[in-house]
Formats: sequence, structure tokens, C-alpha cells
Amino acid sequence: MALRGDWVYENNGGTCVAIAGSDYCVVAADTRLSVGYSIHTRDYSKICNLCDLLFPADKCVLASSGFQGDMKALQKNLAAKHLVSVHLLHIYQHQHNKQMSCPAMARLLSNTLYYKRFFPYYTFNILGGLDNEGKGCVYTYDAVGSYERVGYSCQGTGGALIMPVLDNQLKSPSPLLLPARDAVTPLSESEAVDLVKDVFASATERDIYTVRFPIFFFFQFLAFCESDIFPTQQHAYSSRVLNDPNEYDPLIGFRLSYRIMHK
Amino acid sequence: MFRNQYDTDVTTWSPAGRLFQVEYAMEAVKQGSAAIGLRSATHIVLATVNKATSELSSHQKKIFKVDDHIGVAIAGLTADGRVLSRYLRNECINHSFVYESPLPISRLVIQLADKAQVCTQRSWKRPYGVGLLVAGLDETGAHLYYNCPSGSYFEFQSIAIGSRSQAAKTYLERRFEGFEKYSREELIKDGLFAIKETLQGEKLTSAICTVAIVGVGEPFHVIDQQTIERVIESLDIGDEDAPPPAVAESAADEPTASQEPGTAPMDI
Amino acid sequence: MAGSYGSTLRYKNVERIKSIGKHTLLGASGEVSDFQEILRYLDELIIYDDMWDDGNSLGPKEVHNYLTRVMYNRRNKFDPLFNSLVVGGVKNGQKYLGMVGMIGTHYEDNHVATGFGNHLARPLMRAEWHEDMSFEEAVKLLEKCLLVLLYRDRSAINKFQIAKITEVGVTISEPYALKTFWGFLAFQNPTKGAEGSW
Repeated sequence: MALRGDWVYENNGGTCVAIAGSDYCVVAADTRLSVGYSIHTRDYSKICNLCDLLFPADKCVLASSGFQGDMKALQKNLAAKHLVSVHLLHIYQHQHNKQMSCPAMARLLSNTLYYKRFFPYYTFNILGGLDNEGKGCVYTYDAVGSYERVGYSCQGTGGALIMPVLDNQLKSPSPLLLPARDAVTPLSESEAVDLVKDVFASATERDIYTVRFPIFFFFQFLAFCESDIFPTQQHAYSSRVLNDPNEYDPLIGFRLSYRIMHK
Repeated sequence: MFRNQYDTDVTTWSPAGRLFQVEYAMEAVKQGSAAIGLRSATHIVLATVNKATSELSSHQKKIFKVDDHIGVAIAGLTADGRVLSRYLRNECINHSFVYESPLPISRLVIQLADKAQVCTQRSWKRPYGVGLLVAGLDETGAHLYYNCPSGSYFEFQSIAIGSRSQAAKTYLERRFEGFEKYSREELIKDGLFAIKETLQGEKLTSAICTVAIVGVGEPFHVIDQQTIERVIESLDIGDEDAPPPAVAESAADEPTASQEPGTAPMDI
Repeated sequence: MAGSYGSTLRYKNVERIKSIGKHTLLGASGEVSDFQEILRYLDELIIYDDMWDDGNSLGPKEVHNYLTRVMYNRRNKFDPLFNSLVVGGVKNGQKYLGMVGMIGTHYEDNHVATGFGNHLARPLMRAEWHEDMSFEEAVKLLEKCLLVLLYRDRSAINKFQIAKITEVGVTISEPYALKTFWGFLAFQNPTKGAEGSW
């Protein structure tokens, strides 16, 4: 380990935010990929649907920031493991279109990160989705796999700027209250979405790694509702979905980046 | 019935140039309940007959999704089929891990065939006792392959394997020339007719068959039972609409090739 | 086309653009020997791909993803390939342009660059790139970038190749030089305006 040099890692920046409501979850990440003072690209999605290899929709998405090479490796690893588990476990049979639940995926992610405890994935992750009751859930991680279920979270270079704003604005019950309450925010979905837009706009002001030029400000988020296998925004925000989630290309697979353009 | 001095192990040739163990494995495919496949320019339909081993049990799964763009239907030893479809899935996962693109069907089929072939050349192994219909869509179009235990593979417009498949094959042979231009609905319809041919008078219901499809704009998936039920009802397949039963009911279960006994079957 | 040993211009005729299969172009900067190792990997990959002889072939996207895995796996072994690579190509009407770094960082964009190009060329390309550029416009823009790089990067030499890939095929130009002008006022007295600093 002592041989390990600085060159093995790189921080490509970026910010991820997720907010859980009683029946929704918003996951957002900016799309800038930088290193040092250089910008690699302004159009890199940090949100990954872990099942786009085989499934039309999933119950959770992973937003990560940190070292992009590790981000991609982690995503690929999880997607492959998920597929193997889908194949092996009969409860996740194909024709029923059942996928790993968000809490199950949360544990898998934790184990995957911890497996590399002594050569960690330099990634900071948020897993957002719906739990088995259809309630919004957010899991927040550190690079080596310790994790916690929370009502909202943010990670990445803009995380320290955004977190106190979320604490202040989300009106969530304190985690210190006894007996424990649901950590989800009482805000409506649209209020939460507006808040996410605002915190990104603010983080941009002070964090060079979070997107800067409005015209390139691509905003991505996913939201789910109980009854639908597809994210709610398919109907709730359909006018702003640039890629139709139903669009299937046999050579590419499902395109699952529900990209919301926000000027 | 086939017992003779050259069939105790896979690696022993008969003087006529045959590998009896491999041929027995091919027989296992004929014992399994039927699986059929048919292909248009854009879609492939797979259909299987569900046969429960007992009144008290459900039937075994005979159609497996391999990836978004590939699926298989099997006839023969289901256990072998399951193992092979897991192999196919792994190959697809590995390919998309490295290239982020779907594995071409023809390559998957060759890898599968090579895996089967190894079992025909090792004394400590046994050939797989399962035939697989591999259906898939890639950048060269829609494909339907039949992989058999000998390690051979064939591309088809349409094919039926398994018990009483001869009747279905005869039906498909009469109609295959039109398949290229078929819509997906027409493919499903002819798939069901072909399945009916294998039932030998038994009534075709949605419970007795499984139908799956893959094609342009449509990932591989098993078509749900209600949809099939509706198609069966709309076709009135039960009775007069069904084309006259094929010549071959008596010939079912028999290889058609006019083979000299004792010569090597070159078409396996 | 230079390959340097520190500040010595050791090799002056290194081809750093290569075609990979029918649909892909690869450009590299960094260690020349590591790049040649990468070319050996790719040769094997393409030969294996051709050996199937089934009408399927690896496109630029597949090559890019493969290289991404190669670079990342080598960094995981603490034995990285010291290169930055750009991969471009056209297949089935799909354009593709991507880049991979030494430790596996990778992305796609409408324009990419390695090394100094990230600092000097990409701002120019961000300003002037547009979707419906003609080939001539693109070459002009690239030459503008190369000229800036030539002026400011002392390890660059005035010997370039430009390559083009379309649905039809690959053409890599013969080495050629750009017309330079060293008479800029700013070049004449470089310490002007920085008097007293050294």
C-alpha cells in the first residue's frame, strides 16, 4: 500500500443530490467532468441506471461523483452483479420483470465498495429510489462502503455547500427525535424539484466543479411513483423528457437518461 | 435398443463412422416437448409446448431470456438447457462489460456450439442432451439458429424440434416462404398453428404453450398468457381454421432423412 | 510527430495516428513504447474479430470501451500505460468521438484533445466547433489549434499528420508542415511587461 502513488486517483468533481418524499424520490447530478482547472466535458451523466442492460426500468438509480474511472467500474460491476443475481435467483424471474429492490441494491453497493476497502473506489455515491412500500428512499455512502438510509443527501464537490441548505429547507423531522420518525420530506414533488434546481444554481456560484454555464446546465433527475414501473416524470414532466424511456434500440438497449434541460 | 459394442463411450467411433453416444444425445432432444421458432425480417418468435410431468406439478421453464436482444427455447434435458443458458447469459454480460455493445448472435451460437463439441471429444464428459433454438437480433438482422448436442449449428427461417415436431415442421415448410415479410402478429399466429400441430388433437390453450418474441424495437420477452389466450380465441385455432393436419403424423418421431442404416448422418 | 526524451527531441517521425479496423481511428500522446504496446493489443483484437468472418465488426464505440478497460485494468495493477488516447470513427451512420486517459478516465464529446491540447486547443474548439462543419472547416480549425500548440509547446515539432474517417474509409495524410509566423511582437521581447520579476 505504501507504494501507492497519487497518480492512481483523480477527482473529476461533480455534485449529486437526492431527496426522498413519501411517494417519490428525486435524484440529481450535474454533468460536468473536470480535472484540476480543466474541463473534460460538460455532458457526462453521473447517474446510472443499474439495469439498463436487461431491464426497461429499475427501482433505483445510482448517482456518483469522484474519480470517473472508478465510477464507471463500480457501475459496470453492480450492473453485472445485478444481472447475475437476477439470473440465479428465481424470485427475480425475467417474465415477471422483477428487479432487485432499492434496499437490496443498497446493501449490494455497500458490499461492493467494502470489497475494495484497501484499494477503494474513489467514488461518493447516493442511491435513490423507492423501497418495498413504494416510499422514497435515499442511501448515502462513503468511499469504502459505510452507508445509511436518510431522507435526503448530497455528495461530491458541491456537497458541503448544499447540505446545510437542504437541512434548512426540507423541513424533515430531526433524526434525533424519539421515537424515530420517517426521514422523508413533507415537501411536494414539485417543491423538491424546485429546491434541487435552486441548490444546484447556488452551488454553481462557488464550486468550480459544478456546472457553470447555463446553456450547458443539464439537469438530470429521476422520480418514481408506486403504481408505475416507469418513473413518474414520464407523465409528470413528460414535456421535458428529452429521451423517451420506452425508446428501445436493439443495438444500444434502453436509453434511460431522463434528461431535463434547465436554463 | 441401440446397444452395440461401439456406444459405451463418446470417443469411440463405429466402423461406419458414427459416434453413437452423440447420436443418443440427439435422441434426447426428440424426447423433450416441442419447441419451435420462426423468423421474419425483423422479428423472431419462439414457442414451446408446456408439458407437466405430473398432474400435481407445474411444467418446466423452456424459454430463457439471455439478454435484451437474445433468447433461447430448449427441447431435451431441461437441466442441461438451464446450464447452457446461464453460459450464454454470462457470455453476453462479459461482452457488454468490455464493449458496451450487444454480442452478435452468430458469435454466441458458435461459442455455444464449440462448448457442445468439446463434450463429444472427451472420454470423461457426456454430450449435452438438449437442443437450443437461439433467437436474436443484431446489426446484421434477425436470426434464428438451432444448436444441437453434436456441436453442429444451423441457421433457419423456421424450425421445430422436440417430440412430435415433425408435424410442426411440415406445417412450417409449407408456409416459410412468406415468413420474411410477416408482421409480428402473423409470426405469433403461425407459431401457434405450428404448436397446435405438435399437440396431436389436444386442444391448444394458452396454458399449454409459452410464446416469446424479440425484434426491432422490442427486447426479448415472453408474451403474457392473456395475450396468447386472446390470439388463440381470435384465430379460432381449435377448429376449422387450422390448416389440414399435415401428412406426417405417422412419421412423427422419425428422422426424415432417407438414411441408409449404418451410415454416418452428415446432417447432425 | 515528435517523440521526446525529456527536452530532447529524440524521434522526429513517430506516427501517432493509426487506423484500427475499418471504422476506427486512434490518436495517442504519451509514452511511445506504451502506445506501440497498445497497438499490439489492438492488432490482436482486430485480427480475432476478423477471424469470425461473419459480417460483424468492432466499431469505434467498441474499440473505445475496450481501450477504457485496458487502461483502467493496467492502472489497477499499478502498471499504467502512460498515454492519453483519442478514438474516433463512423459506423452505420453513427459518428463517435471519445477519449481515454492514463488511469481510465474516459468520455465522449464533440471535440477532444490530449495533453496541452486540453488547455490550448479545446477552448478554440469550444468557440468554433459546430454540428454541421464541413471537412475543410474542421481541418482549418485543427490547423489553427496545432499552430497554437506548436508556438507554445516546446516539445512539438512542425510536422503533422491529419486523418479523416468516413463511412467510406480511412485516409491518413502524409506528414506536412504548417506555415508559421514567428514575428509576433509578443514573441520578440518575451520579458516585456514582466520586468523586475527575474
